[in-house]
Amino acid sequence: MLNDKDRIFTNLYGFHDRGLKGARARGDWDGTRELIAKGRDWIIEQVKESGLRGRGGAGFPTGLKWSFMPKEPQAGKPHYLVINADEGEPGTCKDRDLMRNDPHKLVEGALLASFAMGAHASYIYIRGEFYREAEALQSAIDEAYAAGLIGKNACGSGWDFDLYLHRGAGAYICGEETALINSIEGKKGQPRLKPPFPAGMGLYGSPTTVNNVESIAVTPTILRRGGAWFAALGRPKNNGTKVFCISGHVNNPCNVEEEMGIPLKELIEKHAGGVRGGWDNLLGVIPGGSSVPVLPKDVCDDVLMDFDSLREVQSGLGTAAVIVMDKSTDIVRAIARLSRFYKHESCGQCTPCREGTGWMWRIMERLAVGDAESADIDLLEQVSRQIEGHTICALGDAAAWPVQGLIRHFRPLLEERIKARRAQTTRAA
Amino acid sequence: MSTQSSTYVPQPLSFAFTPAYREKAAAAIAKYPEGRQASACMALLDLAQRQEGWLSRAAMDHVAETLGMPPIRVYEVATFYTMYVLQPIGKHHVQVCTNLPCWLRGSDEILRACKDALGVSPGETTSDGLFTVNEVECAGTCVNAPMIQVGDDTYEDLDYESAKKVLEALKRGEKPKVGSQTGRQCSCPAGGPTTLKKVPGADVKGGA
Repeated sequence: MLNDKDRIFTNLYGFHDRGLKGARARGDWDGTRELIAKGRDWIIEQVKESGLRGRGGAGFPTGLKWSFMPKEPQAGKPHYLVINADEGEPGTCKDRDLMRNDPHKLVEGALLASFAMGAHASYIYIRGEFYREAEALQSAIDEAYAAGLIGKNACGSGWDFDLYLHRGAGAYICGEETALINSIEGKKGQPRLKPPFPAGMGLYGSPTTVNNVESIAVTPTILRRGGAWFAALGRPKNNGTKVFCISGHVNNPCNVEEEMGIPLKELIEKHAGGVRGGWDNLLGVIPGGSSVPVLPKDVCDDVLMDFDSLREVQSGLGTAAVIVMDKSTDIVRAIARLSRFYKHESCGQCTPCREGTGWMWRIMERLAVGDAESADIDLLEQVSRQIEGHTICALGDAAAWPVQGLIRHFRPLLEERIKARRAQTTRAA
Repeated sequence: MSTQSSTYVPQPLSFAFTPAYREKAAAAIAKYPEGRQASACMALLDLAQRQEGWLSRAAMDHVAETLGMPPIRVYEVATFYTMYVLQPIGKHHVQVCTNLPCWLRGSDEILRACKDALGVSPGETTSDGLFTVNEVECAGTCVNAPMIQVGDDTYEDLDYESAKKVLEALKRGEKPKVGSQTGRQCSCPAGGPTTLKKVPGADVKGGA
């Protein structure tokens, strides 16, 4: 288990003062000017050395992403850092806690990351539903301005930096980076074709990097304690700490910061009070938010919670949102609910996703009651394969994977339900 | 995408921001670079909705005019995002999350509580115009499921009884305590934290 001294988010639950005074007492804004004085290259090197991989789900190395930004801004093309706080992946509620309880980590991280990428301005895109969280974050931003920590000559570093909050208005798709950029520009949140990538042409056509809240909020601590410290935690290529969200059928649902690579079983039993009715009552776990395939219990028994371990079992760490389902769960209905979600959230731009998500949802609803043929399961699988990889953004993949996971691990259950329904209707006839 | 019904509603003939809202609109526009004022479209639509209770065509046109945008661009935004309400709704917009983490912990019971306390199903408004109930997608409080969002506030860790209690308090014009209804602190495990128990100066108490 991670030692308390290695935890970054020491006010995750909001037991302490979230304001500037409390944040300073917890070590935030300590020597920020000196960190900036070490230069852009040093910051990017430290983040690379830390092994930090993006905390928004895709797990792309953060330092490498930052290094894609042009060295010097061209005239009329100012650099931007955009922070993705459009937390909407079902199961995920970690950024919410970071913003309402420990907002100064994000504000300081925004300054440091922006400086490292040559950005004088940064926008935080926070989902519209997080109104109170936006208030907490805005008050931290105001405090930082008032104390000279951001704004002109931020922290006395000579670097001018402005930080703005942009509220969304209810659209899961805006968590996709180019949809998010469009949304900030005042358009519908529909993803853009890539290339060009945001690092070349992003917000207002300028070089832009989009990072998750957690990725930015861990940066100041990484820089203060050194990339090597962060890299020593977790497992090779899966370094550091991570905020996990444990929801569903556990005794004590919670958020908790733990070491990457912690065994799933240990995570659930140590922090969430165990599975309701005991570990043997476990049916399956969705380990990384609604977009990743479900894992049956026998995989859950010893799988480790990191990017590569979960990929090996054909799932993913995603946002580290662990959704636990015990044996009372109707898993078909559960996945059907997710299919309905993706159908609702498809932006409508690409045909395979716009049409396919609805198609999958309708088949899932029929499978949930067994009103289907065995061949429908193959049809469903086929439809999911025709969506996956055939859309501009990853929402199509995200819609396909839960369904594929269900078929992979629970096909006998689907068949059984079809048979039971048939037996029932034959009897009735 | 927005899934609101297209029932015909009479539209007011005009809309203008009040001085207080105009000031807020100006502050929102100032966040963006010169010539990029369209970026404030979402913020201004939100302000107009807060002023009027819903987003009328006149309000959208006013936003378009304020920002120098073609009205159609503003309609596109207003119809794309689910939080913009394009027809009058009840004073309290009760949004019940029924996505998977909430469903696993009993969001069906919360819908039942809405029906019993208010007499309406999702998509309906009470006859006194006080409440509109809607099912929504994940609201991002999954470890405090199930939950409802009413206006800007969330009520979390609900069950049938506590959901009913919250709604009945709202009905009486009271302001029920927001957040967890079981009394735990944010996303801390019930019974107290499993980590960081000994932070200096900490007053760490477990929740219920």
